[in-house]
Amino acid sequence: MPPFDFKDESVVVVIGSGAGGGTLAHELTRRGIKVVLLEAGKRQSLETFSQVPGEAFSQLTWLDARTQSGSWGVARDFPTLPVWHCKTVGGTTVHWTASCPRLQPWELQAKTNYGGTRDSSLIDWPISHEELEPYYVIAERRMGVTRRNDIPGLPASNNFKVMYAGAKKLGYKRVHTGHLAINSSSYDGRGFCIQQGFCVQGCKIGAKWSTLYTEIPDAEATGNLDLRTESTATRIEHGPNGRVTGVIYRDNRGQEQRQKARIVCVAGNALETARLLLLSESPKFPQGLANSSGQVGRNYCHQITGFVWGIFDKPVYSWRGATLAGVIEDEAIHDPRRGFVGGYRIELVALDLPTLPLVGLPYGWGRDFASIMENYRNLAGMFINGEDMPRADNRITLDEKVKDGFGLPVAHVHVDEHANDQGMRRHAQGQMSRMYEAMGAKRVVIGPTPPATHNLGTARMSADPRDGVTNGHGQTHDIGNLFISDGSALTTSGSANPTLTIVALALRQGLYIAQTMKAGKI
Amino acid sequence: MDKSFPRREFLRATTGLLTGVVVAGSPLTLIAPQRGGASEMTALTIAEAATLMAVARTIAPHDRLDDAAYAFVIKAVDEEATRDERTRKLVKDGLANLGAGFSKSTEDDRVAAIKMIERSEFFQAMRLKTLQVLYATPIAYAYFGYEGEAFSKGGYLLRGFNDLRWLPEVPVEDSGPLPM
Repeated sequence: MPPFDFKDESVVVVIGSGAGGGTLAHELTRRGIKVVLLEAGKRQSLETFSQVPGEAFSQLTWLDARTQSGSWGVARDFPTLPVWHCKTVGGTTVHWTASCPRLQPWELQAKTNYGGTRDSSLIDWPISHEELEPYYVIAERRMGVTRRNDIPGLPASNNFKVMYAGAKKLGYKRVHTGHLAINSSSYDGRGFCIQQGFCVQGCKIGAKWSTLYTEIPDAEATGNLDLRTESTATRIEHGPNGRVTGVIYRDNRGQEQRQKARIVCVAGNALETARLLLLSESPKFPQGLANSSGQVGRNYCHQITGFVWGIFDKPVYSWRGATLAGVIEDEAIHDPRRGFVGGYRIELVALDLPTLPLVGLPYGWGRDFASIMENYRNLAGMFINGEDMPRADNRITLDEKVKDGFGLPVAHVHVDEHANDQGMRRHAQGQMSRMYEAMGAKRVVIGPTPPATHNLGTARMSADPRDGVTNGHGQTHDIGNLFISDGSALTTSGSANPTLTIVALALRQGLYIAQTMKAGKI
Repeated sequence: MDKSFPRREFLRATTGLLTGVVVAGSPLTLIAPQRGGASEMTALTIAEAATLMAVARTIAPHDRLDDAAYAFVIKAVDEEATRDERTRKLVKDGLANLGAGFSKSTEDDRVAAIKMIERSEFFQAMRLKTLQVLYATPIAYAYFGYEGEAFSKGGYLLRGFNDLRWLPEVPVEDSGPLPM
């Protein structure tokens, strides 16, 4: 058993070990399928997670260069960090805040419901909510999501008490501590949340679900997983018939290796997934792999967000407690009378020091800036997670000038905000401001759009092969044994934080791959 | 003397804070062993350090926050300028451009001077460094009331995560039970 031979053509190579790749590796290995899991980052553990915010950021974050352009605020405010995701075993499930809402049925038919929204590349999902729902149920059970399957919610924190009171003043009805993959009591051999407020630094008690200490060890226990850390895929190879045959990668000593494969599944987060397909161009596929439609890298969505902070004359101590344990769901509806299509969720948030001034506050310095910081104890926070309008030219391309450590072009991110995005953010920040004002806030501070953590759509599922990159199982339209297994495959973003949907799709894809292999079709 | 930092002076003002805050692994231990003498700077002169201190205090003016916290910013800039020639030139040129009188001028004058160079790479780098370093110091944590990591103390579950009493409690159906 592991390690598997480089020349073993029977293995499935999964690239990336986060929500999609980690879950898929477990689903395949538990069915007896041999998997080589390539992860660019190192393996951390509950013991090694740093609890110094700056150190933890460096320990977990993908820090290799990216470049960016476009009208979105991130290009102005965070020029060197367009996106904030992880490079470590477990991927972005190590730093996520574990919010697990489901997409709603109407969100999967965005084009039908929103109409021909101008300047967008909206399409409907190729699968229905009914097809997805059973996998949501399994995912929620697997991850221990609160307020599902009789699992209680998390208790209310100080920050949530402020949010709750403000929401009630505005008449919101669906307000609670959220559907979180954070244990409200011991579950699946993991302990309960002790309200550390350090979700983003890696949950040292393991109460938050992460593939690092759930799916991946379970996959290893089957004897069918060969996890190779610090191994960066640089090219997917194909044979004369166009089927993929293996993956070239740099191993933990920087040596180039070639792993043969029966099937390749890409789950490197939406930037790296698109980049790898583009880097794998060949005489047969001059536009990159699985890109006969020209859609690889396009339709990049990051979900609309933006902070609002309320400063009160009494302490809140917002940093105490699970970071995102609070949600208002009333705005997660499609009601064009608000001036935009699609919906958004209002979610609780708190930021540590020094992350608050670096990421959460508007650009500033001097007395006014300092006066906000002086009120850190008395600060309450919220932000939104809203549907992002896909646009063909919001896309990932290969940078023509900047190269990574292996001499390969880095990902370039271009985002021009859609008028719908701006209308939604304005509406949301207005509502959140009104909540805090209704609670007697001394001051309300509107924050920026932070680096994107929900990276989606760059290899999207589509019914028509001309509109996207994969079918409803994440199988690429062009190449039958090449799959997309992360958020890149999401057809649209919806208003739900994406991880639960990524896990549900990986569960569904795992079954599909196993059945298709067994039938000898791939 | 030109290469040394006025360490005694700021230590005199902050001894109480330091003895209270120094713990193993904290950045302050970098400074603490040398508290009897002067901490050598390797890239900046004392005059440049004084200007940089004034820059950091103009970016993040917290009147009652001790110079010791801002000294971490100077130390971090000095270290980077020592490691990287480009940074060294950027910082030295930027500080020279502000002039020797900058540190002694009024806050209004300092703000006006910075507004003139706000878009410069030098100022943007100093602003970022000040935020990254200043607000991560134990002295700043104490000043702003931030309690930091909680794992080693059992989280905030029994240490105030829900102790806010100026608002009504959330009904249990919208929250959840304590896990014990």
